[in-house]
Amino acid sequence: MRISRINLWGLLWAILGLLYLFAPLFGTLDFSLRMVKGQYSLEAYQLVLADPKFLESFRYSAVMGIITVLVSIVIFLPTVYWIHLRLPQVRPVIEIITLLPFMVPVIVYVFGLIRTFSRPPFLFTLTPTGTDILICAGYVVLAMPYMYRAIDIGMRSIDVHTLTEAAESLGSNRFQVIINVILPNLRIALLSGALISFAMVIGELILGDFLVRPALGPYMVEMGKNYAYQPAALAMMSYALTWGCLGLIQLASRGGTSQQFTGR
Amino acid sequence: MERIRAARSSPLMKWLGVAPFFIFVLAFQILPSLNLFVGAFQDQDGNFTLSNFLSLFDGFVRRSYIVSLQVSVITSIVGGVFGFMVAYAITVGRAPRWMRNILMTFSGLAANFGGVPLAFAFIATVGHTGFLTAILHNICFTNGAGVQTCPFDLYQNGFNLYTLTGLTLAYTYFQFPLMVLTITPALESLRREWREAAENLGANAVQYWWHVALPILWPSILAATMLLFASAFGAYATAYALTGGSIPLATILVSQQIRGDVLGNPNEGYAVAFGMVVIMSLCIGLYSILQQRTAMWLKR
Repeated sequence: MRISRINLWGLLWAILGLLYLFAPLFGTLDFSLRMVKGQYSLEAYQLVLADPKFLESFRYSAVMGIITVLVSIVIFLPTVYWIHLRLPQVRPVIEIITLLPFMVPVIVYVFGLIRTFSRPPFLFTLTPTGTDILICAGYVVLAMPYMYRAIDIGMRSIDVHTLTEAAESLGSNRFQVIINVILPNLRIALLSGALISFAMVIGELILGDFLVRPALGPYMVEMGKNYAYQPAALAMMSYALTWGCLGLIQLASRGGTSQQFTGR
Repeated sequence: MERIRAARSSPLMKWLGVAPFFIFVLAFQILPSLNLFVGAFQDQDGNFTLSNFLSLFDGFVRRSYIVSLQVSVITSIVGGVFGFMVAYAITVGRAPRWMRNILMTFSGLAANFGGVPLAFAFIATVGHTGFLTAILHNICFTNGAGVQTCPFDLYQNGFNLYTLTGLTLAYTYFQFPLMVLTITPALESLRREWREAAENLGANAVQYWWHVALPILWPSILAATMLLFASAFGAYATAYALTGGSIPLATILVSQQIRGDVLGNPNEGYAVAFGMVVIMSLCIGLYSILQQRTAMWLKR
C-alpha cells in the first residue's frame, strides 16, 4: 500500500521532469517546421543552410573549435602528465587555476581581455589575425576546466609511472612517451574533452560578439532579431550538434554521466 | 627508482615541464583579470581609491546587482527544488528504469545547454505564437451564463516570456538538470537500512526526512545550490537573446559598459566586474569545499 503511494509520487516528479526537458525541444521542432502556412516543411532549414552568412560563421566557429581543441591538448596534456609524474605537489594549485574560468563570468573575462589586449604593449585587436589569436586563447581558457578535468580523470586511470619507465627503458625520449604511449591510452578522455570543448566554442556568443569576429553565436542573435522561424531551425541544429557531441561522450564513456560544471 | 630519476634531472628541469601552462594561464587568464581588478581600485588619473565601489551601492548599478541576485536566488530555489524532486523520483522514488536513464542522460545534456539557442527554444515554445501557448490558448470553457473563459491563455493571464518570469522559466531549463546531476549521488548514498531503522523506532515519513535524511543531505544540497546560484549569476547570453538587454542584470550592465561606457566612468565598470567575480568566487569556492567534504563522506 505504502510502496505504491511512494511510487506514484516519484512517478509524478519523473514525468514532470521529462515534460520540462522535452516540451521546449518539441515546441522548437514543431515551430521550426511551420514556416509555410498550413503544412510542415523544411523551408526554415533550407533558408538557413542557403544563407552564405550562416555558412561563413559556421565555418569560422568550427575552425576555431578545432584549433581550440588542438591547442588545449598541446598545452594541457603534457602539463597533466608532468604533474602526475613529477609534481604532484602542484596539483592543488592547478586545480584552483582550472576553476578560475568559472569564477570569472565570461562577460567579465572578455572585458578584461579587451582592456588588456586592445592597447599597447600587448596590442592584439588591430588585425583580424591578431584578434583570432586572442579569441582562440580565450576559448582555450574557457575550455580549460573541461579539458583539464577530462585529461586528469583519464590520467588517473592509467599507471603513468610504469608506462613511462617501460617506454624509457625501451629507449623513448619524453616526447615519444607522450605521443606514442600516453596519448593512445587517453583516447576516450581526450575525445570527451575535445567534444565538449568543441560544442562550447560552437555555441559561444560573448567572445565572438565583443571581439567582433564572424562567429556563429553573434550570427544567431542577429537572426533572432530579424526573423521568426529561422532561429527555431538554428536552435534545433544547435541542439542536434551540441547534444550529438555530448551524446558521443556518454556513449564513449559507457553511460557514466560525469558531472560537469556549466560555463555559460 | 623514483629517487634515482629525480636526482638525475635538476629541479629547474622539473619545473620547466609546467612552464608552458603557467605562462599561458598568466597571460590569458590572470593578466586580464588582474588588469580589471587594478582598474577597480584606481581613479581616472591612476591613483589608488576605493570610491569606485561606492557606486555599487547606489543608482542603477545597485539595481542591476539586486535584479541579478533576485534572478539567481529565484532560479536556484525553483530549479533546486524541482531538480531535487526529480532526483528523488529517480532514486528513492523508484521511478521506472527507462525514465531514470532518460532523465540522467538528458540532464547531462540540458545542464550544458544554454546561451542563445535556449532563448530561441523558449520563444518557439511559450512565446506569443509558441507551440505550448497555442495549445493552452485553445483550452476554453463556457460556463452556465454562456461566458467563455480560457484559463490557460498565458498572455491573457499576465504571463510574458520577455520578463523576469520568462527568464526564470528559461534558466530553470539548465538549473534543474544541474541539480539532478549534483544531488543524485548524495541521494543514492541514503541507505535503506536508515529508513527502516527510523521506521522501527516509530518515525513517520516526515520525521525520517527531517531528522535523518536532510541532515545527511544538507551539505550536498547547499553545494548544489551554490553551483546553481553561480551559474545563474554569471549567465548573459540567454538573457540577452531573450530580452535584448531590457532586464537590467549585472552581466547586461557590464556588456553595456564594454560597448559604450554607460556609467560614464571606466573604473566604476571595473568595480562592477570585480564585485561579480567576488560573488562568483565565494559560490564556487564554497561549492568546492562542500563537495570535497561530501565526497570524503560518501566514500566512507
